[in-house]
Amino acid sequence: MTDQNLPAEHSSDANLPAHANEALPERFEDPGLPPHIPRRADVDEKAAKRAELQVVALFTLSVVGTLVFLVAYFLIDIDARAYVIGIGEISLYHVVLGLSMAASMGGIGFGAVHWAKTLMPDTEIVEERHPQASPQEDRDGAAAILRSGWQGSQLGRRPMILQSAGVAMGLFSIPLVVQVAGSLGPLPGEELYDTNWRRGLRLMIDPSGTPIKASDVTLGSVFHVMPEGFIGEPAHENLTAEEEMKAKAEDQVILVRLDPSDVKSQKQLDWGVDGIVAYSKVCTHVGCPVALYEQQTHHLLCPCHQSTFDMTEDCKVIFGPAKRALPQLPITIDDEGYLVADDSFREPVGPSFWERG
Amino acid sequence: MSTNSGIPQGADSLRTSSSAGATATTEKADTSPKLAAPIVWSDERVGTAKGMRFLLKKVFPDHWSFLLGEVAMYSMVICLITGTFLTFWFVPSMGHVEYNGSFVPLKGVGMSEAYASTLDISFDIKGGLLIRQLHHWAALLFIVGIALHMARVFFTGAFRKPREINWVIGAVLSLLAIIEGFAGYSLPDDLLSGTGIRAMAGFMQSAPVIGSYMTFFVFGGAFPGESIIPRLFIAHVLIVPALLVGLFTAHIVLVAVHKHTQFPGPGRTDNNVVGFPLMPVYMAKAGGFFFIVFGITALISALVQINPVWVYGPYDPTQVTAGSQPDFYMWFSDGALRLLPGWLEFTVFGTTWSFNIFLGSLVLLPLVWAIIIAYPFLENWVTGDKREHHILDRPRNAPVRTAIGASAISIYLVLALACVNDIIAIKFGLSINDLTILFRAMFFIAPIITFPVVKRLCISLQRADRDLVLHGTETGRIVRTPEGEFFEVHEPLDEYTRYTLVQHDRQEPLSALEGVPTDEHGVRKPMSLGYKTRRALSDFYFKDQIQPVTPAELAAAHSHGEHDALESGHNHEALPSGQEQVGIDQGSSAK
Ligand code: HEM
Ligand code: FES
Repeated sequence: MTDQNLPAEHSSDANLPAHANEALPERFEDPGLPPHIPRRADVDEKAAKRAELQVVALFTLSVVGTLVFLVAYFLIDIDARAYVIGIGEISLYHVVLGLSMAASMGGIGFGAVHWAKTLMPDTEIVEERHPQASPQEDRDGAAAILRSGWQGSQLGRRPMILQSAGVAMGLFSIPLVVQVAGSLGPLPGEELYDTNWRRGLRLMIDPSGTPIKASDVTLGSVFHVMPEGFIGEPAHENLTAEEEMKAKAEDQVILVRLDPSDVKSQKQLDWGVDGIVAYSKVCTHVGCPVALYEQQTHHLLCPCHQSTFDMTEDCKVIFGPAKRALPQLPITIDDEGYLVADDSFREPVGPSFWERG
Repeated sequence: MSTNSGIPQGADSLRTSSSAGATATTEKADTSPKLAAPIVWSDERVGTAKGMRFLLKKVFPDHWSFLLGEVAMYSMVICLITGTFLTFWFVPSMGHVEYNGSFVPLKGVGMSEAYASTLDISFDIKGGLLIRQLHHWAALLFIVGIALHMARVFFTGAFRKPREINWVIGAVLSLLAIIEGFAGYSLPDDLLSGTGIRAMAGFMQSAPVIGSYMTFFVFGGAFPGESIIPRLFIAHVLIVPALLVGLFTAHIVLVAVHKHTQFPGPGRTDNNVVGFPLMPVYMAKAGGFFFIVFGITALISALVQINPVWVYGPYDPTQVTAGSQPDFYMWFSDGALRLLPGWLEFTVFGTTWSFNIFLGSLVLLPLVWAIIIAYPFLENWVTGDKREHHILDRPRNAPVRTAIGASAISIYLVLALACVNDIIAIKFGLSINDLTILFRAMFFIAPIITFPVVKRLCISLQRADRDLVLHGTETGRIVRTPEGEFFEVHEPLDEYTRYTLVQHDRQEPLSALEGVPTDEHGVRKPMSLGYKTRRALSDFYFKDQIQPVTPAELAAAHSHGEHDALESGHNHEALPSGQEQVGIDQGSSAK
């Protein structure tokens, strides 16, 4: 036992009568393993036979499962469907394959465990443990090898080898790291500061790609908008799929018509057209589309972490983990009465980054 | 039953007739067994017999909680098998295609090859959906298994010397499992997983100084680019699995080197291991258990749909579904993001510091795992215990550790629940703002409540153990003393049951053990800051410790009619001398 390792102070307890302490051991003695109690199958041949049959039945279940799987794999139509009470409509093919595989695996598993529990020996065996630490002899031997190795290397006498080898070992991985880190991607440059919006680009409905007449935007209506040339047919024709995705990720805008008397910010009205205002739809938290607009409250809600922006207050954050207001896109109308951008965004859209300021 | 034990029948008869005891397999056990030819062949080349002798007789203790690690191990194997199958059909590319498979609602829709191939696996490859579901369910089971296994190791103190290294390996494995799961979840490029990647880009971008560079390097340019899925794919099928398998191997080798821990009980000491031999019992049980885990995973995969990516549609950066949650193991991190208030972001000298984002993402995981990894070393520093421990603690016997673990779990649950705050709000018609504020408060309150409650609970359980040892179990028999007093006869515990309740070490705080340090003149010595901290922590751990009953205490309880000197003194429970022997019937209660 480990008693001898215990600090001696542990033993006395002021609460106890001194005489009781003297006569009795400090701790209870280990009574050793309790007597083995035989199981039914150990003493009753009938019970053992029953257990044997149960094990065989489970293994047979596995065989049946395997066969059902094979038959189903080749014979059932992959599109076959079935109705199960309580679950609803299901893919018959998938369910039969899954259940038969479950039987095929589970039969073996439960069979083996049942076999071990009922028929294999259940007397516990004791194995000795030895301390993890090596015997002193091994430690001394190892120390001697290390010492003679160190001496044989002559590093103690020729420190310059040690130093130069250290420097070389310290540096050799740098080319590898530089290669991979340096070539993984381009530097961000100005990309995070800019979108595809430019002065004069029409606001197009996402996904149809049709322009929007200011007069068609009724009070309270909402449009999801992309810049002209970056949505619909022209985009499919002129942009790669990658460019199209990037445009969607950065340029998406939500357009709403508010009653100007509800709006609290003059700048917001100035950047809009008769209460029609456009805001970046990329959440300033970590970039989900801020897609849920509540008409009555004029709140924009981001479904990812529930940041809430108030449309009547220049899309300021009124709740949730985002800090910054959604950037506003200045808009105006062109000669034909369509909404167009009056400028690009005047600050970076989307999640914060360190150097954005 | 033990009456006919003299005439062995059934399985016992085989065993006792064999001199080899546990290894009896045939009835002709008396002829000495020979190795089969293939084993002899390999023995002559690599010494197989030596290894078999060492391995096959290794003893494994039995306890249901030891299966949790096995659940993790087996579900990892299932992930490896099914994942390899998936690579045969999955196309890790963000190249654009028009879907033309057999799922009618998406016919003609533009999408990435990754998403299209996931649809093919689900609808056009025979049994492909089953493999996908097996893969995803096994992944979830893997992470649940690891988490419960870790909890078992923590609450039983199995991380103590000499197993600290394995605790560290296990902790790293659990982190890798989460990373592996996240990477896999991102591969199909459906709307939900794409939203997860979008958030990941946002996290990385929030890192001070290097954020935008890191994002551009990882994504090969601006979000989303066309590199992230191929890169996550290589991480998911090569880099992380290689690390997982390598570390897992080290983990298992160390388990064999240390031999398994065991729960306390009669005959179990720090110098032995009591249980069943690998051959044949443990082989059948553990091997069978693999098939059980696989079978149950198949059953769930057959009946419960997971990640039906065709419902969500292909990823489109302008779309999002309300109520989008990641897989459960990421909930705590996503929950933390929901709770961190926006004012944690500020600008200084033209630079933006988004503590609201990177605290909950980039910092949270490494921080949590650093604490997990440090814990055994911290506890060891406090206890100063240099001994090897192979007997597990019953969680109640380490009340402060158990309370620390429970508080950590309470924080975890608050964060995880915060991740579903929108769903809770809708289900129960609550305001999401109120809920968020409630969860923010709970983050601090939950551990403050949990700690003392759990600690008290452990201490009461320890007291109950003491009571049981000192006064035995109630028999329901009422006896009248000659003085006319009535009391209930209590039956003393048999020595085996008792030993389990009294075997643990006394533990006392440093302040009680070492007193006030003085020099040789009896003058108080100044304590170093480190030592003071250690003493304070030791007090924190052990000052309310309930010590195990000693033989002297038990004797006192039996001999004194009144024993109010004893700690948990109830009045009528001491047995008058002479009644002590009533009804001791060892072993009969075990059946
Ligand atoms: C060991 C732990 C592993 C975990 C926790 C894990 C987790 C996941 C998860 C959650 C998914 C999403 C599945 C879905 O579509 O619903 C996934 C997909 C995938 N995994 Fe794994 N995986 C593991 C190992 C592997 C390995 C070893 C491979 C290949 C060698 C692999 C190959 C794949 C492939 C190709 C996919 C995409 C196919 C699809 O989503 O249908 N996985 N993984
Ligand atoms: S991404 Fe909008 S709240 Fe997090």
